[in-house]
Amino acid sequence: MGASMPVSREAVVSLTLILALLAGALIAQASGETFYVTLATRIAILALAATGLNLALGLGGLVSFGHAAFFGIGGYACGILAIHAYNGEPMILGLPGTQTMPVIWLAALVASGLVAVAIGALSLRTSGVYFIMITLAFAQMIYYFAISWPAYGGEDGLSIFVRDNFPGVNTLKPLPFFLICFALLAAGLFFFGLVRDSRFGAALQAARQNPVRVAALGMAPFRIRLVAFVLSAMMTGVAGALYVDLNRFVSPSMLSWQMSGELIVLVVLGGTGRLAGPLAGAALYVLFEFLLGGMTERWQFFLGLILLLVVLFARGGVVGLLAGRARHG
Amino acid sequence: MAEPALGVAGLVKSFGALKATDGVDLQLNAGEIHALIGPNGAGKSTLIGQIAGTLRPDRGEIRLYGRDVTHLDASGRSRLGVARTFQVSSLVDEFSALRNVMLAVQGRSRTSYRFIRNVMNDRTLVDPAREALDRVGLSKRADVPASELSHGERRQLEIAVALALGPKVFLLDEPMAGMGPDGSRALTGFLHRLREEAPILLVEHDMDAVFALADRVSVLVYGRVVASGTVDEIRNDPVVREAYLGEPAA
Repeated sequence: MGASMPVSREAVVSLTLILALLAGALIAQASGETFYVTLATRIAILALAATGLNLALGLGGLVSFGHAAFFGIGGYACGILAIHAYNGEPMILGLPGTQTMPVIWLAALVASGLVAVAIGALSLRTSGVYFIMITLAFAQMIYYFAISWPAYGGEDGLSIFVRDNFPGVNTLKPLPFFLICFALLAAGLFFFGLVRDSRFGAALQAARQNPVRVAALGMAPFRIRLVAFVLSAMMTGVAGALYVDLNRFVSPSMLSWQMSGELIVLVVLGGTGRLAGPLAGAALYVLFEFLLGGMTERWQFFLGLILLLVVLFARGGVVGLLAGRARHG
Repeated sequence: MAEPALGVAGLVKSFGALKATDGVDLQLNAGEIHALIGPNGAGKSTLIGQIAGTLRPDRGEIRLYGRDVTHLDASGRSRLGVARTFQVSSLVDEFSALRNVMLAVQGRSRTSYRFIRNVMNDRTLVDPAREALDRVGLSKRADVPASELSHGERRQLEIAVALALGPKVFLLDEPMAGMGPDGSRALTGFLHRLREEAPILLVEHDMDAVFALADRVSVLVYGRVVASGTVDEIRNDPVVREAYLGEPAA
């Protein structure tokens, strides 16, 4: 035993990936290529959404095929609050809209969390394929509800014209907005790391592997999973709000099952249950979309090919390839 | 007289036409080891499952120190002090031996909704867990994942996990299974002392261990208790000798 705790290889890989994203955006800004800053922002937001899913899927083994619901609810929370503030019309109950990001995030957090309590309380009574299908069904219900809700654009979606503001920051410029998203991603990853190594995380990961044993130790797997599911949804919800501010647009496509699938792909590609897995997955996905998407419209075919290789030969995803197998103390 | 630690009354459990538990009455008193023996398929594990709360009985009642716990699930009964080991070791395989026991310490203290502190730096979990591993002689293997432990070590770890729960009743489902003669002898000595901490309902096939340890023995055949008594009474019971111990009646 050495005198000091060795820093794990995974920690080094995680830190490198996070700093690479930051460096990429700063270099792009310095060289005047602000488009790449926007690309980095997209990576940060998708990584945050997928980190939320990673809590449920990676730590808890809960294969939610409905996380687009929370991504979209966060998105609509942002869009609805912003459009009311823009028009100066009060919402239901006479509440005013807002264009202040922290308030919007709070709304996204609460809205996606409440919906997750309802969806989780019902769907977590099942497992396996049934859980996948029930989460999908709930997300589809919300998707069709959004489509048939003309007040907020229905199928066409809702444009918010001006990006929301953050006290003391000019969010209209790409780099400051990137830094906001990056800070939230960093906070999300930090939270994920805390939870993973905490008592709650121990119970959650144990419930994934052996729920009968967990119950025999006096812990209720259902409640533990429900809490994890709600936390997971809240993080994805906040990412949804950021996504709308990035695009200045929210539409039902954020709630679609393709979006749910995309989030799962990001997690699996990067490394299920690994801290930086979703970030690696999101970076790969966005870069692929950009690089190959410029050459062929069928870029997703090649993404599928890579995903196939990862599932067949590299179960730990990108992070697994870089940092080796996960260790549990 | 004080309430028994565990009281089972009129317990019935059917799987289709099969009556796995057929009107079982059973008592476990403080400070004793009550052994439950019977041929394969007699319903011993089904009975343990119902007492631990993983199986729901069709009829009957289970009391823990006088308190009716029949309606509680496995986690609820564990919180009231029922610790069980599994016939086939059931551990958290990716976790190290130490973390498996730490999880039991955490379950006992009902502190699973803490999100901040790193468990590996948490001495209130690590210290009691190391102590439990030490007691079963598994300290040197503390950092090995449960999946990489030998069969015998996994049996020991099951016991350590149960110890860490600090229970009021132990339900041990064939703890000696596959342990080898040395392991069985060591465990026999250990269980002999363990009854001071909490009474033990012991399901076991190893008759040497049963006769060495048990204060009382109940014989389960086809879901019914056909005989119950002290070791000597059971040894000399002609019905038991013929039906179970495989000896012709003298």
